Formats: sequence, C-alpha cells, structure tokens
Amino acid sequence: MSTTAPAARDHTTGPALPRSRGELSRTVRQALTRPAGTPLPQRVTAEHADPYGDDLQLALYLCYELHYRSFVGVDPGWEWEPGLLRLRAEMERSFLSALRADTGPPRNAAEALADILVEPVDGDGPSHFLKERGELWQFREYAAQRSLYHLKEADPHAWVIPRLTGRAKAAMVAVEYDEFGAGRPERIHAQLFADLMADLGLDTAYGRYVDTASAEMLTSVNLMSLFGLHRALRGALVGHFAAVETTSSPGSRRLAHGLRRVGAGPAAVHFYAEHVEADAVHEQIVRRDVVGGLLETEPFLDEDIAFGVDATEWTETRLGNHLLTAWRDARTSLRTPL
Amino acid sequence: MPNEPVEKQPRRVALTSDGPILVEGPVEVVLDDGSTVRSDRFTVALCVCRRSRVYPWCDTSHRDRAKRRTT
Repeated sequence: MSTTAPAARDHTTGPALPRSRGELSRTVRQALTRPAGTPLPQRVTAEHADPYGDDLQLALYLCYELHYRSFVGVDPGWEWEPGLLRLRAEMERSFLSALRADTGPPRNAAEALADILVEPVDGDGPSHFLKERGELWQFREYAAQRSLYHLKEADPHAWVIPRLTGRAKAAMVAVEYDEFGAGRPERIHAQLFADLMADLGLDTAYGRYVDTASAEMLTSVNLMSLFGLHRALRGALVGHFAAVETTSSPGSRRLAHGLRRVGAGPAAVHFYAEHVEADAVHEQIVRRDVVGGLLETEPFLDEDIAFGVDATEWTETRLGNHLLTAWRDARTSLRTPL
Repeated sequence: MPNEPVEKQPRRVALTSDGPILVEGPVEVVLDDGSTVRSDRFTVALCVCRRSRVYPWCDTSHRDRAKRRTT
C-alpha cells in the first residue's frame, strides 16, 4: 500500500541507498526498499543508540534525504509515512538533547556570534592544516566528505523562508538568491562545488560519497536538516546560517591558498576564492538583517539563535578533530580510502 | 501615481560599526591609480580597514585576532 499516489516513475532516479551501519540504519534502509506503509519492526528504538554514532546518524540521514532528492527505487510515499516519522522523531529527540547538553548553558545570540567573530592567531582547525601542509589526497578527502553538504549547499536553509517575515525574510532570500547563482545555473554554489570536485578527480554525482563519509560529517549535515525541517527550530536554523556565513570567509581563504599551493585546478581554487568575497558580504547581511530582523519580530528566539550558532561550532569542531586526528597519523579520514 | 523609477532612487550605503561599507550592487570602484574594478553582487562590502587581501572588497581581515578557534 502506498500512502500517496506519486507519478509512476517518480522514484527511478537518485543515488543508490547507502549501506547500513547498525540496527537502526538497517531497519530504515530495509523499509525504504519496500512499498511505503510497510510496517517497521515494533522493537526498533533509538533509545540506546549513540546520538552522534554512525548508526543513528545514517538512519537520520536516510530519513532526511527523502525530503531532498531521495534514493533510486524508493517509494516517494515514505517521505510522510507516520511509522517512519515516529522513529525519526525518536532519533531527533536523542540528537537534540545531546546537542543541548554539549553546547552548555543558554546565552544570547550576540554573545554566541561575538565568539566566532574573533580570528585566532594560533588557529589549528582543518583549514589551517590544509593551508600549511595539506597534501592533495587530503584535499580530495576533504571535498568528498564535504560533498554531502556542498552538493546541496543552501538547500536546508531555504526551508526557513516561509517562517520569516519583513527584514529577516528579504535579507534571507537575498543571500539564498546569491547561493543559488543569482539566476545563473552555472553559478549555483552547489555547481561550483561539483566543478571543484571534477578538478580534484572526484565523482560529482549527488550522494556518491555517503558510504565513505564519517559519522561526524553525517552529523554536520543532519544538523542543518533538523533545523530546517522544524519550524520550532527556526531560530536555530538562522543561528546555523549565521555561524556558517561568519566562519566561511577566513576559512575559505586558507583553503584557496592551500589548493593553489598543491597545484589544484582553477575551478577548485575558484570555489573557495568566491566564498572569501561572497561570504564577507553574506556575514554582514545575515547578522544585521536576518538575525537582527528575526530578533525584532520574535525576540524570544534569542537563545535559540545562540543554540544554532553553538551547535554548529560543536559539530564542526568534532568533524575537524576527526579529520586532523586521521591526517596527522597519515591515515584516511574516510571509512574506505578514495 | 506610478512608482518612481528604480534608477531615480538614491543608492543605499550602509556603514558597519567595525567592518566594511555595504553598497547596493552592482558597483564600479575607481581605485587610487585610476583603474576600475566591478562587482555585480546584490550587495558589495567595501574594505575600509585597508587590510583586505582582495582590496577594495572586504575579506573579513578587519576582525580582531586573538582568541583560539578550531575550525
């Protein structure tokens, strides 16, 4: 039985379903190979799963991806299937409470943003590593991991648009318009990233590197989908966007520098060089008008915006630590090397 | 009464407390040496701290440099 009546050939395209990484992801994956509405096993629960672990994060990724481009062979009716949504909600509660516990006590947006507006003189994240001593294989791994987000860059943030009004909405749409190429398909940032991948000899197909991506990368991309899909988390989504746009410009400069140093092609360098300038503008607009505008109309979202900033920093730091721990030992950061 | 044509409206320029000047794009900037550069962004951030490595555009080099971060 199907819960909706989609076009007959609606599910013949999209990436292949990734391999499962435990009981939760196996349950979701198996369900998606069947007609929508096929009951899920009753005993499956997210209660005991590590909220940041491979299994829960992949299961969540599978659920979220149904709202983006789905997978080949998957009945589109699963997107709003109550049994699957119930399991997703359980995983989201576990993920969200872990994030709330790990981001510390509530604070306001101005405090959270002030923290990331200061550039360290002794920064040591992945962009610093890649700038100074990254090798080509490490840039390729970085791009393969990041492709889970950059091939749908700015998509999760578009979901917040109907939940905003006035100044915040106008500014959010202006920045998104830029992200989506300002009317030019060849300038869509996701396309610029595909061009970077091609320059690095990577496969540009959407979803191609999900199987090899680490749990930390799945967490980073699931965070945006979580914030984007829930109106209740609109403040956190705006905080997330502000954090990304604020930290992007200096990080992109380091990555462009590193890519030039290893002799990467022009498209690879262009992706990050473009983000140096574009995000220096976006940062100003997001902080002034999106965050500022939202606080004007819904001042009670102040702590949620800060939570969005802090949760982004927390998940990005975890991802950065994972990459650097592997690379400093000359090991791959991926589940299987490229 | 019809709306005033867009081109007759004054160009909006926004000052920020510690960063660039924001100008509605597209803009053409005449540099000190007489050469011109263009940007067709919807908003352009012009560097005023003179530290930008992509001058006259802002690259966030105006930021305070101090505390440690890990991204």
